[in-house]
Amino acid sequence: MDRRDTIKTMLVGSLAGGIILSACQPDADEKKKSGEDSDGQYGRTEKEKAHDLKVMGETFFNEHEVATIAVLCDLILPASASAGSAVDAGVPEFISFIARDIQSHQLPLRGGMMWLDHEATKRFSQAFILCSVDQQKQLLDTIAYPEDASPESAQGVKFFNLMRNLVLTGYYTSRMGIDDLGYQGNTPNTWDGVPDTVLSKHGLAYEQEWLAKCIDQEKRAVIAEWDAEGNLVN
Amino acid sequence: MANKNSTKVYDVIIVGSGAGGGMATKVLSEAGLQIAVVEAGPYFDPADPAQRTQMKWPYESPRRGASSQRPFGDFDSAYGGWEIEGEPYTRVPGTKFDWFRSHMLGGRTNHWGRISLRFGPNDFKHKSIDGLGDDWPIGYDDVKPYYDKVDKLIGVFGTKENLPNEPDGYFLPPPKPRLHELYFIKGSKKVGVPVIPARMSMLTKKINNDRGVCFYCGQCSRGCSVYADFSAGTCLIFPAQKAGGQIDLYVNSVVREVVTNDEGKATGVTYISKDDRQEYALKGKIVVLAASACSSARILLNSKSKQHPNGLGNSSGMVGKYLHDSTGASRAAFIPALMNRDIYNEDGVGGMHIYTPWWLDNRKLDFPRGYHLEMWGGMGMPSYGFGFNVNDLNKHIGEKVGGYGDRLRADVKKFYGSVVGISGRGECIARENNYCELDPEVVDEFGVPVLRFNYTWTEHERLQAKHMHNTFEEILDAMGGKILGDKPGKEDDFGLLAPGRIIHEVGTTRMGNDPNKSVTNAYEQLHDADNVFVVDGGPFVSQADKNPTWTILALAWRTSDYIIEQLRKRNI
Repeated sequence: MDRRDTIKTMLVGSLAGGIILSACQPDADEKKKSGEDSDGQYGRTEKEKAHDLKVMGETFFNEHEVATIAVLCDLILPASASAGSAVDAGVPEFISFIARDIQSHQLPLRGGMMWLDHEATKRFSQAFILCSVDQQKQLLDTIAYPEDASPESAQGVKFFNLMRNLVLTGYYTSRMGIDDLGYQGNTPNTWDGVPDTVLSKHGLAYEQEWLAKCIDQEKRAVIAEWDAEGNLVN
Repeated sequence: MANKNSTKVYDVIIVGSGAGGGMATKVLSEAGLQIAVVEAGPYFDPADPAQRTQMKWPYESPRRGASSQRPFGDFDSAYGGWEIEGEPYTRVPGTKFDWFRSHMLGGRTNHWGRISLRFGPNDFKHKSIDGLGDDWPIGYDDVKPYYDKVDKLIGVFGTKENLPNEPDGYFLPPPKPRLHELYFIKGSKKVGVPVIPARMSMLTKKINNDRGVCFYCGQCSRGCSVYADFSAGTCLIFPAQKAGGQIDLYVNSVVREVVTNDEGKATGVTYISKDDRQEYALKGKIVVLAASACSSARILLNSKSKQHPNGLGNSSGMVGKYLHDSTGASRAAFIPALMNRDIYNEDGVGGMHIYTPWWLDNRKLDFPRGYHLEMWGGMGMPSYGFGFNVNDLNKHIGEKVGGYGDRLRADVKKFYGSVVGISGRGECIARENNYCELDPEVVDEFGVPVLRFNYTWTEHERLQAKHMHNTFEEILDAMGGKILGDKPGKEDDFGLLAPGRIIHEVGTTRMGNDPNKSVTNAYEQLHDADNVFVVDGGPFVSQADKNPTWTILALAWRTSDYIIEQLRKRNI
């Protein structure tokens, strides 16, 4: 029996032998919450592994830029009553990586931060990160609302859009962000339709004729058989 | 792993391990034949922890699943893409074609959408209906028994609908629609567009003891570790091996050409091993090409000999001609009624639970062929790109766009699951002047001449795309949606994606009864060499408004049965 057969038996035995792992296993849930459910692999080919290692070994942002990104991260997504901030979720590290991985981000981010420092120096005679939080917010208010921004701030608006995008995407793809969002999937389950409470909230109902054709989840583990006309008999 | 310097003479050499190659491997090995499967990419098993991407979280990828490495993102299982380093292709200036290749065991079946549609009676005889393109030399009745067998072997969910050109099959029951899909059903009904349960090859119910049942993670594009969806490796090649088939798998092996003898018959293939960049030969009594429509055409064109000076199978000059891909266009909308949703797990199967097959009569329209609709939306797992333009949708509800701080968290939750979309996938008429050929100057990193593409759309496809957008708007509007983006105009080909983008390219070795106008006969056998067959999308005469995989599988099975019969009769 080769490796493939072994793995297959293992998985078919544990996952698919008619009984699906419960979606509410305490162990799995604990791991999910802490973000420790990764085995460090995500199906890379050798070439892709080498690429990841190479990118991880590179540096792009200098210290001042790293500090600026961190300040912007927590201005954009500070901690809430129930969830940590963008810095808590490791977003600066993500932005540092993605700028090396998708190099088209490099110039707009670097140039944008310089633009921000230039504006901060003009208004408050110091670099953005040295300004008080009030001063920082005053500056952001000129570039954070595209519809209200003056034409002179257009470059800043563009930069802030990019930074906000990266902060949000970095946050909501982290364990902390996924928990904050409340996404419930990526776990074995038996989909059996929209919950009734949701249906009634939306004033919708399944048509009986349609529903009659759908899978009876009680019979999912019974091997399908058809009659000569193609009607499922079980 | 087979010995590279094999002196063995195989009964059949199969080039490629996707839908067609996988099916040929299964059927021919079960007949007791000795098989070599030559695959350009590595071994792949979605259950192997080292290769698995299913059930991974976005943060397990440092780029959070972004598409900088794989074109459909880090977790998509397809190795390859529209561009592969070291393996270029070219285009005739002024024309477009993007060629998606996936070099791995199972090929592109590892990540496809699993939309599994039979061609209908009209799809094989469209010239007789509208005078365009050509009829197939076979009809629905020739293929029906094989569609039936494919349904039972592989499993496909769907429902009996008795529609004239959307034949029913042996279906597993479909999953219930999701919330946004109920909105689609309601909205479409209002504007007279029918919607039926999707037809896709995931196991909502057990079909045998070797494969698992769908556990609704919605990640079929990542490959299924319990083999509950179709891919050629997990559903055809692995079972054939397990059943004791005499199958030698040559992976990382790029076929250069089919070798022929003085009588012009094939005697085997030569291939380059990616492991050591050396060239090797394999001997076989029959060669079955299943490398994908364009790759098989390329191999044939590169197989030049005294007997086949224009390339093998190309005495008609038709190899590479009649290349056609499905048309494609899409539109999205924001549905205010779907704001502030209750959050629950609605991953479902990977892709749509409902769809719309072509429902109109082209005789009453200004374009000749149909399209089907695919609907999407839902509260999916975040990955790179989630949260971009976080609250742009505020402009539709009179609230402020942009900002920073706590309000962004509220906006993310407010809009989660409120954007839906429709994609149209239609039929393009096969034309002789859409083709791939050998580039006279360029070779790939293995020294093999590469393909040069020449493909243009006509008014048929443009007007079809225009109609698609009208349909999208009618449905999305009837759902109470705020349609996003501008309607593409004539200058943008009405939103038609570049040919090749839908990854349904077929037609390059089309079948026919006339050897001067076709490459293979009705059994996918070369007119010019009776021991060479093509079982990928190449032999398609026309593409239909359907996804091609189910027809590739049915025809490959039919051809394999024919090969067995011909061997028995000692005809080849």
